[in-house]
Amino acid sequence: MRGKRDRITLDHGGGGRASRELIRSYFLPRFANPFLEKMDDSAVVDIPSGRLAMTTDCYVVDPIFFPGGDIGMLAVNGTVNDLSVQGAQPLFLSAAFILEEGFELADLERILVSMARASEEANVSIIAGDTKVVPKGKGDKIYINTTGVGLVQDGLDISGSNAKVLDKVILSGPIGDHGIAVLSQREGLAFDTDLRSDCAPLNHMVEEILAVTREIHAMRDPTRGGVAASLNEIAGQSKVGIVLMEGAIRVKDEVKSACEILGLDPLYVANEGKLIVFVPPEHASHVLTAVRQNHHGGDAQIIGEVVADHPGRVVMRTTVGGTRIVDMPLGEQLPRIC
Amino acid sequence: MDRVPRTIPPMEYVDQYRDPGRIQHLVAHIRKISRKPVKLMEVCGTHTVTIFRNGIRDLLPDHVSLISGPGCPVCVTPIDGVDRAIVLSQEKGVIIATFGDMLRVPGSETSLLEQRAEGADVRIVYSAYDALLMAQRDMSRHVVFLGVGFEATAPTIAAVIQRAREAQIDNFTVLSMHKVLPPALKALVHTPELEINGFICPGHVSTIIGTDAYVPIVRDFGVPCVVAGFEPLDVLQAIGLLVRQIERGEASVQIQYRRVVSPDGNPKARALMEDVFEPCDSIWRGLGLLPASGLKLTPDYGRFDAERRFDITPVDGREPSGCICGDILRGLKRPPDCTLFRTACTPESPVGACMVSSEGACAAYYKYST
Amino acid sequence: MCLGIPMQIREIEGNAAKAVLSGTARLIYLDVLDEEVQVGDYVIVHAGFAIHKIDEKEAKETLDLFKEAGVFGSGSENDTAHGVR
Repeated sequence: MRGKRDRITLDHGGGGRASRELIRSYFLPRFANPFLEKMDDSAVVDIPSGRLAMTTDCYVVDPIFFPGGDIGMLAVNGTVNDLSVQGAQPLFLSAAFILEEGFELADLERILVSMARASEEANVSIIAGDTKVVPKGKGDKIYINTTGVGLVQDGLDISGSNAKVLDKVILSGPIGDHGIAVLSQREGLAFDTDLRSDCAPLNHMVEEILAVTREIHAMRDPTRGGVAASLNEIAGQSKVGIVLMEGAIRVKDEVKSACEILGLDPLYVANEGKLIVFVPPEHASHVLTAVRQNHHGGDAQIIGEVVADHPGRVVMRTTVGGTRIVDMPLGEQLPRIC
Repeated sequence: MDRVPRTIPPMEYVDQYRDPGRIQHLVAHIRKISRKPVKLMEVCGTHTVTIFRNGIRDLLPDHVSLISGPGCPVCVTPIDGVDRAIVLSQEKGVIIATFGDMLRVPGSETSLLEQRAEGADVRIVYSAYDALLMAQRDMSRHVVFLGVGFEATAPTIAAVIQRAREAQIDNFTVLSMHKVLPPALKALVHTPELEINGFICPGHVSTIIGTDAYVPIVRDFGVPCVVAGFEPLDVLQAIGLLVRQIERGEASVQIQYRRVVSPDGNPKARALMEDVFEPCDSIWRGLGLLPASGLKLTPDYGRFDAERRFDITPVDGREPSGCICGDILRGLKRPPDCTLFRTACTPESPVGACMVSSEGACAAYYKYST
Repeated sequence: MCLGIPMQIREIEGNAAKAVLSGTARLIYLDVLDEEVQVGDYVIVHAGFAIHKIDEKEAKETLDLFKEAGVFGSGSENDTAHGVR
């Protein structure tokens, strides 16, 4: 029997009994840990001394469920990855939800289960949270914000401004899966594909890389704007040029064909489980081996290197032997991909 | 997740035409036979993108130069076309359905993208059929489809308009800004300062119109024409055929894109186009007024003509000062020759359409050119 | 805007067809095609419509560049009836 129990109502955001009931019935069982169970206003934790990394991200992907993932899984992995690429071991996440009045509780449950699973794979705990409800029409079902903190070991200096001439650029796998998987669910685009999002946590891969060498200069997990955006950012921050080999950049056939049909360039399509690593040449092949041994890095390749020419620019040698630049993407190619 | 076995086939009729081995062989051959300095024009915007995206210029000998032509339908639409679409977008109850390209093109004051932020209902479609379905789904709104494109696109719009009539749809109209290419080619050969030695002719327009239109260019001006496909191998082979003709002092119409283009084209598509549209004089950015170079809906289909259904006061659109899109579209100048290129005119804040359209020469230069 | 994609027809229903390019499928319309097509045929798709069938023999010949006379063959296979010296 459908009743007010099946959907989010304004009461759920009121901070009163309905709110607490929602937290107890839905959030706590999924994110079970001693911090949350206390239901204090803040979580107090003991952390080892060192450098703390902190990051935050908002997730507004549409649709909220897509092949290979959902908004919850994205929210956990995205923030875990932002910490990981800084060389931080992710420790704790907070998760804040803005729910639209009328949002189905069954969908909320599904998302929370997914977040629990993602947290487990990434080995992080969600220790703080918040829920607000907005009236129907004032929010699109569910928006999530996650903030993450992690610990950066001594001796690591990983930053987008730290890429050095001669560094090799490693990409952990084929690009464009996430963006196309999400697009395939959008109305009005009308194309079918079996593609699934590549949404995945990369912290274990990063640990394995750092076990090989600590001399990693820069890392990124390319999301919106694709590999092109991340590489251009680093080239700009580090004031270096980057040269890529088109033939080394892996793109699944399903992504290639969907991009052909939609007129998109895979270099600009979002990913959610790929790693870019800038590593000095003497360590490149060892790092590549480590990435390939990871479950999410089987098809990793060295895709290019850092040069002194054309600082701030990314240039690519095409498979036919010509050259083109890979420019920074313009604005909103694909809205609400992440 | 990354180890799914490969049972997906390669892109048939695409991958083979990107084969580096064949391409290198072709390039070596072009370099061997090419002696005379030549200037070749690729007319079609999609060819411009293939050339830039693959870095084809880098493969050619220095004395073979490529210049982009006016075959970018969004680029050659004069400013008042965009302005009229914007006026329509402000009408109550109107949904503007358009191909994505038009969204960011600057009008005199604003763009469709900016209007969307102001509350206008502007939606991107990938086919005119989607626009018709939109109208069928919501009878309380009126869908205006922006008809932009050349002879590859116009028959598809014609087919949709015919369907609209059959189904007696009343809330669907087309703002026709369609153009046809041959008059532009004629204008180009009549521009003496251009000195084009050969034309890389549009592949999909020719699929519809065949090759008759190129005969006068070959016969009266002695400029060879080769109809090319869109993969790097196609474009290079077409360049090779043009170079060979020029080296031999020949001038003929050849079809490189034989797997799709025949001299007679697609008569059914042309018949569809001729049933729904009739030629009209039309202004091309850069080329000015060209007689019989545009398409408008015939009186028979007047009900589907947005210009007749809505009273759009013609806006006096003026080209922004400093913008040399016109010269670029004619091939007289290249994007770096424009003082606004990369300074005042960038993809984020474009001044002219050439910088905004995905097939504009300026956009291609900005995005791909070293 | 000449963007056209080669796709293979998988199903036909009236004026519509399901076509695929290497693992990606979409609905396309056949109104503008001047020839009959069957499941398995390849067509060029522009703006959601098939505009022409792909001639497999011609496609293969375009790829088989390496004839004795050179990479363009004798050239006469690319000629139309409009050749003019």
